[in-house]
Amino acid sequence: MREELLSIIEKNSKISIKELSVLLGREELDVANEIAKLENEGVICAYQTLIDWEKTSIEKVTGLIEVKVAPQREQGFDKIAKRIYNYSEVKSVYLISGGFDLMVTLEEKTFKDIAIFVTQKLATLEGVLSTSTHFILKKYKDHGAILDKEEEDIREVITP
Amino acid sequence: MRDFLSDKVKAIQPSGIRKFFDIVTEMKDAISLGVGEPDFETPWHIREEGIYAFEKGRTFYTSNSGLKTLREEISKYIQRTQGVIYNPNNEILITVGGSEAIDIGLRAILNNGDEVIIPQPSYVSYAPCSYLAGGKNVIINLKVENNFKLTPQELENAITPKTKVLILPYPNNPTGAIMEKEDLVKISKIIIKNDIFVISDEIYSELTYKDKHISISSIEGMKERTLLINGFSKSYAMTGWRLGYACAPKELIKQMTKIHQYAIMCAPTISQYSAVEALKNGDEDVKKMRESYNQRRRFLINAFKEMNLECFEPFGAFYVFPCIKEFGMTSEEFALKFLEEEKVAVVPGTAFGDSGEGYLRISYAYSLEKLKVAIEKLNNFISKLRV
Repeated sequence: MREELLSIIEKNSKISIKELSVLLGREELDVANEIAKLENEGVICAYQTLIDWEKTSIEKVTGLIEVKVAPQREQGFDKIAKRIYNYSEVKSVYLISGGFDLMVTLEEKTFKDIAIFVTQKLATLEGVLSTSTHFILKKYKDHGAILDKEEEDIREVITP
Repeated sequence: MRDFLSDKVKAIQPSGIRKFFDIVTEMKDAISLGVGEPDFETPWHIREEGIYAFEKGRTFYTSNSGLKTLREEISKYIQRTQGVIYNPNNEILITVGGSEAIDIGLRAILNNGDEVIIPQPSYVSYAPCSYLAGGKNVIINLKVENNFKLTPQELENAITPKTKVLILPYPNNPTGAIMEKEDLVKISKIIIKNDIFVISDEIYSELTYKDKHISISSIEGMKERTLLINGFSKSYAMTGWRLGYACAPKELIKQMTKIHQYAIMCAPTISQYSAVEALKNGDEDVKKMRESYNQRRRFLINAFKEMNLECFEPFGAFYVFPCIKEFGMTSEEFALKFLEEEKVAVVPGTAFGDSGEGYLRISYAYSLEKLKVAIEKLNNFISKLRV
């Protein structure tokens, strides 16, 4: 049930234990126990909400920053990654294969805020060799959800 | 002017529920649970393959029996799912949907007056196709107490010296019933003993929620007397591509191919190229869709239980078939009143044969959100009826 359970709550973390138990065909208690286990094991890390900030009047800018770093002896990339992810404005940090090392996602109110963070905080970190900043202009699809989806049932009536 | 219309065709009864569907079509704001096709769009990689085929200029006919690569992929697919080997060169024919295969299969098998056993409730086209091909239809009314399976006794009772073909429609539309291995073994003995041929419509084969579907052609002694029909509509959500196939002994495929070549030429080329992609790389899509259907199925069965509406648990296709006999209305009266009062359309069981009386077909090829709204309305409706 683990995989199916996870794939349901990955799309809908708001779903109740009762409904989950119906969809999975399991006892409520079993479902609740499994979720508790997954939380303890750190498989479930957080319950979040996907928000299309564009549709609000609240200003949000997301930047993607490619960072080249010099890995450190015995610590590899982990130490520098930690120094970056400790900033609360940093939304994600990934170690990446290819032309650069870390992919950092940053959320701020304005483009300028992001530029300031990169130049003053990120680029000056010891071990950071170079950065390259990209701004997200429009989100089409996020976390598997298409943001501007038109829902229309175009199936026509046909003999059953 | 003379009446130019064929007496034979005129004699076919138009579907009794046509009127009902006309009302549904008119009512724009109605929620429909009546549709018999997946709500999923065809997976993108399959559509992409179609676009590629267009770009490549693959806009010509294929051979009459269909693209060789597609027949080879179908052969591999049946071998890996059923352990049965069909020769792609002469035992597989690509058709315009499973429905064409039903039609030309019956035409290639039947002589005037041959009896065709049709278990009902079942898909609406068997009886008229058989009738047009000269068959005499013998209906078996399946029973809820047998979970709408075909029992050996029912089959035996329907057999006469004139019986030639049994139609085996499992997983079943509209009941959602399946036939499991031991059920198939039992009826196979009777089929072999009486030297009958089987047309097995397995279009919902990928949508079972217990064990994997088993084809009757995999039962010993059955491959040589089975026409296995399947297609891409339900499993890969490809209804509009109109693509199905027939697997059978080469003598039958040869005769079917003659009808197919004169009436159809070949199945749509673009669809055939896309179907190759579906069979090669579509297993994961099918698994995901099956999982969604299964969750909806469980939701509905649970909802019926909570509202005390009698319904046997179906393990196939994407339909549930609840019983509404307690309300003292015919299926059509119930469906019409439900549509008028709550604006939800479901299909009266009688659309699938007289034995569907007292039942409704509810399709769960709809999102959970839509199903929830509709079920709420059904609950309202029957609560009012019960007062």
